[in-house]
Amino acid sequence: MKLMNINLEKLIPESLDSVSPMERRSFLKMGLVITGVFAGGRIFSVVSNVNEAFASSTDFVEKYPYSPHYSMVIRQGLCIDCEQCLQACKETNSVPDYGYRTRILTKTVSDAIGRQREFIPILCNHCNDAPCTRACPTKATYKNEVNGVVMMNSKKCIGCKMCILACPYEARYYNAERRAIDKCNFCYDTRISKGEKLTACSYVCPTGARIFGDISDPENVVYSMVHQIEKQVWVLRPESGTKPNVFYMKATRSSPWDLRKQAGAR
Amino acid sequence: MIKKIKSETAERWGYMGIQSLIDSGNYFYVFAVIGVVALAGFAVGLHGTFTGYHHVYGVTRQVPWGVLISAYIFCVVTSTGLCLVSSIGHVFGYEPYMPIAKRAVFLSIVFMLGGFTIIFFDVENPFRMPIYNALSPNFTSNMWWMGTLYTLYLLALIVEYFFLLDQNHSMSRLAGLLGVIFGVAAHSNLGAVFGMLHGREFWYGPYMPIYFIVSAMMSGGAAIIFFSCLAWKIDRTVLTRRMERGIKAVCQLTILLIAIILFFTFWKIISGIVAPEKYIAIKAFISGPYAPHFWIAEVGLGLIVPFVLLIRSEGINTNLMFAATGFMMVGIFFMRYDLVLAGQIVPVFHAMHVEEYNSLLHYMPSFHEIAVVVAGLSFSAALFMLGEKVLNAHKFQKHAIVPPGAFICPGCGGIHYKKEGESEEDALRRHHRMRKVDREDEHA
Repeated sequence: MKLMNINLEKLIPESLDSVSPMERRSFLKMGLVITGVFAGGRIFSVVSNVNEAFASSTDFVEKYPYSPHYSMVIRQGLCIDCEQCLQACKETNSVPDYGYRTRILTKTVSDAIGRQREFIPILCNHCNDAPCTRACPTKATYKNEVNGVVMMNSKKCIGCKMCILACPYEARYYNAERRAIDKCNFCYDTRISKGEKLTACSYVCPTGARIFGDISDPENVVYSMVHQIEKQVWVLRPESGTKPNVFYMKATRSSPWDLRKQAGAR
Repeated sequence: MIKKIKSETAERWGYMGIQSLIDSGNYFYVFAVIGVVALAGFAVGLHGTFTGYHHVYGVTRQVPWGVLISAYIFCVVTSTGLCLVSSIGHVFGYEPYMPIAKRAVFLSIVFMLGGFTIIFFDVENPFRMPIYNALSPNFTSNMWWMGTLYTLYLLALIVEYFFLLDQNHSMSRLAGLLGVIFGVAAHSNLGAVFGMLHGREFWYGPYMPIYFIVSAMMSGGAAIIFFSCLAWKIDRTVLTRRMERGIKAVCQLTILLIAIILFFTFWKIISGIVAPEKYIAIKAFISGPYAPHFWIAEVGLGLIVPFVLLIRSEGINTNLMFAATGFMMVGIFFMRYDLVLAGQIVPVFHAMHVEEYNSLLHYMPSFHEIAVVVAGLSFSAALFMLGEKVLNAHKFQKHAIVPPGAFICPGCGGIHYKKEGESEEDALRRHHRMRKVDREDEHA
């Protein structure tokens, strides 16, 4: 009988801790080139997307189309629905009472262990393939060519509301004061173009649920949060193929260990 | 001299003067009432314009398109259908359809104007529309193409109608062909306005443009029969032998088209039931809050009842046809309403199972919206009534005024001039560009 000559003492464990940073970076780079997952923003989960991207060559994206490529990461579990972001948005961008540029949705899972409620902030996703800019008859809404923000040129808006229907994220409303459709523009006119680094909502967020930044800059926090495989990052309604730039991830204050304790305590 | 030319043109055009409307007794009062209703509706619409539509309309951020868009679609669908069905005769040369052309093209223009009036009150900044449509066109936008092509279509229709009045059949035929091309292009773009919204599963796909064209033809057939029967009730001399034949031909076509739309509707439901993302909307229509609309108005009044009645009328019984197509006009209106709402009642975030969007969205037309729809439709109705009297019920000239060397065309009913030594049949073939066929019996 022949035994394999394995020295268990010297065997390297196959966990993520053992992957060297260099290896990890090259793996990520490969993923970026092959699938374009990060750039495309078509993230469901990194793994499932690898298969999906092979189906179509149009998803091959080697670099981000804009620079700076403004994006936002929503850490879903951290939102506590304090609505300071909504208030800040209203004040900064003079949003009327009948409208909103961003909103917080509530999800209740009554049979969940521990926490049963979750808040999901939503806003314009500043899609790379924005359906609203395609649908607008007069180019009143357009992608900013430098930073990819979906903006409005209010004087061109005829108010046909086509873009409201085209948007899969319900990010638009008609603003009677502006006589045009209004929507989130990452505070471009009110803050970012004036040298501020953050949008009003992410500036006031007390829990860090909204993280704004430049996803094309490897030094930026948004880049480092999205470019990882340890945590699942996703976008809303990926089936629409809009390639959004608002990414969602779970970041709970309760660790799995806490959850187990809570379950045991019952 | 000028007066003589004027009266000749008036005779050729069948222009009877406004006086003929004013002198028509009760008819004039009905016309006046409808006109006042239209004006009142416009006044309510203008009130909405100045107060701000978000205060007075029932549409919301989640359901941005309501009954105004439905009514606009109803009008332009009917207009396109009238143009397409009548083109079978006077553009493509199938003789039984020829006598319906004049009224159909006139109504086509009338419905287009009615539709544009309604959309004027729906679009928030209608005056920017022509400016930025020209200055800042977005060629990827179906909305842009639809607006532009419908404008061209309306222009082609007006030119076509002018030449029809002037009895210049080769020019009217050319303009009519352009009208058909622009009409089909514009109308399929209207379908694509819905069909290319990939965030809205209910509408998405090539079904919408195809459905729009076919259902337009069905609506057009219904409108031709409805308004011809109505015209006959107004003036008994309208229904000539040729007209009867034309209506019978349109009736047969309409029956076929109803059958096709029934089949379209059937498969739309069946395929929607197995598509998880369409299922919610389909369920709302087959057993949910919209079931009465769908089953009674859309399927019952719009399709099945007229299908039976039109078959029973055999294209001859005008009362049955009038009732059938009247039901159809109501049913088709609901069809458009259902179509516009179906894509919107399911919230975009329904799959996230959030509290805010765990039920179907609700829309109810407001008083202002209904008033604008009534205004647009009664404006069209008033124009129809005006046309029936002032334009001599869209009849062609009487025998009494056939000039020497000319004859009344048995095909189109217009006046054609014969060349020297030409028979009436040859002249007819020449005017309508029909090829001369050598037949066995002709040689004999």
